Amino acid sequence: MSALLAVRGTGIRHRFGNTVAVDGVDLEVAAGTVFGLLGPNGAGKTTAIRMITTLLPAPAGTIEVFGVDVARYKLAGRRLIGYVPQQLSADALLTGRENVTLFARLFDVPRARRRRIVDAALESVGLADVADRIAGTYSGGMIRRLELAQALVNAPRLLVLDEPTIGLDPIGRASVWDRILDVRASTGMTVLVTTHYMDEADQYCDRIALMHHGRIRALGTPAELKAGLGPHATLDDVFRAATGDELGGRAGESGVGKSRVGESEVGERMRDVRATRRTARRLG
Amino acid sequence: MSEQLAVPHADWAKSTLISLPRLVLSRISTLSLAELQKIRHDRTELFTRAIQPALWLLIFGETFTRLRVIPTGNIPYLAYLAPGILAQSALFIAIFYGIQIIWERDAGVLAKLLVTPTPRVALVTGKAVAVAVRALVQALVILILAALLGVGLTTDPLNLLAMVVVVILGSTFFCCLSITIAGLVLTRDRLMGIGQAITMPLFFGSSALYPVKIMPGWLKVFNRVNPLGYEVDALRGLLIGVPAQLGLDFGVLILAAAVMISIASALLARLAH
Repeated sequence: MSALLAVRGTGIRHRFGNTVAVDGVDLEVAAGTVFGLLGPNGAGKTTAIRMITTLLPAPAGTIEVFGVDVARYKLAGRRLIGYVPQQLSADALLTGRENVTLFARLFDVPRARRRRIVDAALESVGLADVADRIAGTYSGGMIRRLELAQALVNAPRLLVLDEPTIGLDPIGRASVWDRILDVRASTGMTVLVTTHYMDEADQYCDRIALMHHGRIRALGTPAELKAGLGPHATLDDVFRAATGDELGGRAGESGVGKSRVGESEVGERMRDVRATRRTARRLG
Repeated sequence: MSEQLAVPHADWAKSTLISLPRLVLSRISTLSLAELQKIRHDRTELFTRAIQPALWLLIFGETFTRLRVIPTGNIPYLAYLAPGILAQSALFIAIFYGIQIIWERDAGVLAKLLVTPTPRVALVTGKAVAVAVRALVQALVILILAALLGVGLTTDPLNLLAMVVVVILGSTFFCCLSITIAGLVLTRDRLMGIGQAITMPLFFGSSALYPVKIMPGWLKVFNRVNPLGYEVDALRGLLIGVPAQLGLDFGVLILAAAVMISIASALLARLAH
């Protein structure tokens, strides 16, 4: 069973101090799909992503990426994962090519093939022509595509994207998604993405999990989730129904699981806000 | 072209079995290369960082050479001072590295690095040696400046190579000390304050400016536990040929760097969370 799954999380739980951020989540992501993790700020989706990518320990439950227990075999797990964090994180003092080559070396891509693979990664995100320009001169959308190239250079089987289009204009957002889907189509890799944009989730994700208060409240294809509410329901409606009308707003007042949230939720929401501000500053 | 990206990385995926020392060496070379590339693209910092040591040598060094109030034996004070200023310059670069790593955490860079197949000890060592490479480039500027001021420096390649090792060890220690403090205080402002608070005591509590024998007793005790003191002693012995306890200096610096790498690696997790 797990051979067909890109991610299999069973009973995963993470707490910050006395408060629970991820509360016994079971998660299965089929190989080759685009899977969206949605939820209001502080829902626990970034914590879940950070556990899957080994950035946070998984004190309870198990997480497998293509059958590899990433808590036990961190280095082996990381070789399967490409990760693009929420912030724009390319090195502004290096050229596009140097940024990608840096990650090719960190993933131990053999020297004989490194140049070819770096070129292919840059070309796949449409940056081959500007590869020798300093990344500090790139636009926000170009930096995001550069980060995508950094993640792809490892030929990951699982691409994890945390809010990949946050802070980008509509053209930049469409361009980033086009590249993600192109690469997915040509490589068959699995994409696990968090987003706040319901239109993106609706348009690009094969399946969606809606998180709230550290738990998965709804799971299915966008069509299934919408159909569950009625013939004219949108994904926004599904979101509101699952989170108690807290779209982008105040979480923690629906009463569900209220005792388990609080500090962690506020902390995570503030981290989200700070990260968004930093990204906005870097985008000018 | 995407076909290149689609090819399963069967052979290098097996490199999970790469031994830790090989991984550490690989990450050191990778991160040092990136540091050199950054210096190549932006040389401003090289020049701005050269101003302070130049002032120490030109004003403090020249003045105290004429005053002859610091007992340095037969060695001109400027020659005595030059290795101390070199060590100070390397210290200043390394001790504030924590600010950079906190910025890297805030910008998502650290998270991205931690999701590569790099053990934390290899990442910390690689980062620390990359900082040492920057310090070495700065050291080269200071050596040239000292030579222009008439300081008779060694030209023995072995001594120069040993000097490189000493600067790397010293910078590694102070860089890891900075990462450790960053892992404890977690914010740039706090780290800046602590960095400023400890830099001068480390500097004045070493033999960078004056010999240990004229220090008050309590400062002599501090100098014995201050790695900068051993770094200065080794640099002075190697660069201008004064008697130095090179064996002890290297031993202390290696041990201090190893211990601080271990502590910084353990605390890196706090930054990542």
